Amino acid sequence: MTEPTDTPTPTETADRDSTGIDDRADVGLAVADGSTTEAEEIPSSEIVFDVRDLNVHYGDFLAVRDVNLQVRQHEITAFIGPSGCGKSTVLRCFDRMNDLIEGARVEGRVLYHGVDLYDERIDPVEVRKRIGMVFQKPNPFPKSIYDNIAFGPRLSGSREDLDDVVERALRQAALWDEVKDRLKKSAMGLSGGQQQRLCIARAIAVEPEVILMDEPCSALDPIATARIEDLMHELKNEYTILIVTHNMQQAARVSDRTAFFTTEVNSQSDARTGRLVEFAETRKIFSAPDDERTENYVTGRFG
Amino acid sequence: MSDLLQHPDTGDLLLRDTTRRSRRVRNRLATIWMAGSLVVAVVPLALVVGYVVAKGIGQLTPDWFTKDLPAVTRRAGGGMGPAIVGTLLITAVAAAMAIPLGVLGAIYLHEYGGRGRVARLIRFMADVMTGVPSIVMGLFVYTIWTINRGLSAFGGALALGCLMLPIIIRSTEEMLRLVPDELRQASYALGNRKWRTIVTVVLPASFGGITSGVMLAIARAAGETAPLVFTIGAARKLNLRIFDGPSTALSVQIFGNAQTPFEAAQARAWGAALTLVAIVFVLTILARVISARVARRHNA
Repeated sequence: MTEPTDTPTPTETADRDSTGIDDRADVGLAVADGSTTEAEEIPSSEIVFDVRDLNVHYGDFLAVRDVNLQVRQHEITAFIGPSGCGKSTVLRCFDRMNDLIEGARVEGRVLYHGVDLYDERIDPVEVRKRIGMVFQKPNPFPKSIYDNIAFGPRLSGSREDLDDVVERALRQAALWDEVKDRLKKSAMGLSGGQQQRLCIARAIAVEPEVILMDEPCSALDPIATARIEDLMHELKNEYTILIVTHNMQQAARVSDRTAFFTTEVNSQSDARTGRLVEFAETRKIFSAPDDERTENYVTGRFG
Repeated sequence: MSDLLQHPDTGDLLLRDTTRRSRRVRNRLATIWMAGSLVVAVVPLALVVGYVVAKGIGQLTPDWFTKDLPAVTRRAGGGMGPAIVGTLLITAVAAAMAIPLGVLGAIYLHEYGGRGRVARLIRFMADVMTGVPSIVMGLFVYTIWTINRGLSAFGGALALGCLMLPIIIRSTEEMLRLVPDELRQASYALGNRKWRTIVTVVLPASFGGITSGVMLAIARAAGETAPLVFTIGAARKLNLRIFDGPSTALSVQIFGNAQTPFEAAQARAWGAALTLVAIVFVLTILARVISARVARRHNA
């Protein structure tokens, strides 16, 4: 895999990453950062999201229930599990995208640096400015590459030079060298993998703190997938990343922590409700999970 | 080849079935039928255009575009200036009323109303309105406007606007439906508000299609006669005061002149017909150019 840019990613907020050392050397290992310890000992400033007793309903249907987990800063947290287990539903709670689905209702609390995102005083639009999202299917706007990246900064009326913002975002997304000569061309002409990196660049152009990725590689070929995974390791230094994936190898490769979800069949109504089974360091989930269901899933005996 | 033919089992199966006679005949018949349908469809169209051009082209002198209508229709001379301006003016005023209303209405229907009761009712009414004969629309405007305010260009524009409105609403809504939901999601995920998502993402993505629909509505309205006959009257001179006094339009002039037994008037009707076709033609080309240019900007 060639690295198109060897310039270090510009870190305006140097305090975010105190070491300043690129831990790219750890690429390929399940757990990149060995310094993580148990939840109780983590200072609360490092916890970005604290999910408490989360239930999500679509109309009468309970999609997922009793989710409790904590997402730490500058880590990659992966959600895995079989289809319909509610992992995407939970992910969409972090930027309140579930609000857009008719009939969706959220119970419990999603604390973002201690602030409940579902407090009635919270403006979901402001939430989404701080928490970016990348979707399963690349969805660039039918505009030029430049206008795609500049879209977010223009919304917030950024005073910064847009050219700089666009270049920086494209460099961070490892796309700059491929598109720098055709910024004014339509983004629809890019390949699927390039489109997805464009979407990542578009998301980071507004400088969010968190990036949510909903199966970002499922529409891509293995080479494009590898590029996105490399990219995620790079972005980890500046952003907190949550990724939903169907691909267990991917979760093992990229994430620091993994949440395994599964479905439970309600004996009375026959409805399937998603549940969080186990949430731990990725290494543990894939080598010595506590729960038998996790073990069955990661070893391929189920799902 | 000969090996293949001689193979006992597969040879026959693999060969192209052009040798069998009934199949060849059926193929030929189907081709002729389809080509024939095309000719039948194109011939009247070509005849109409050709006839209008042949009969009308002689009228198109410089005077035709500038002079007032003659005082006496049976004599040659004069021009069609007031009717040309009238058609453009009335259509423009109608478009100025119907386009914003129609596009905004469609945005409401698709982006806000959804499957709600109000939206369903409006959609149904728009469908019904599309089917209302244009003369009924003229009669409607006649009773609510012309009877009280007298003949005027604005009355005609009201009637044409009412005709255009449902076409614009329905075609625009269809175009908005074609905008993938993923684009809206992408916009929301960047912290864009709903109204701004519509302005910055949905409308640009559907601009070409909306323009085509709008132009279609304009082209259709520009040729309407019935609603104008009893709302704008038949002025002989140019009248730019749209609220005040009778006006005229090409379609009305065609109607009036073609009914007379006088050769000069009939020639004038042909000239007006050619002019009207030309205007609609130009509008259609314009619509194509605009939507192609926008599409190119988005999908270069």
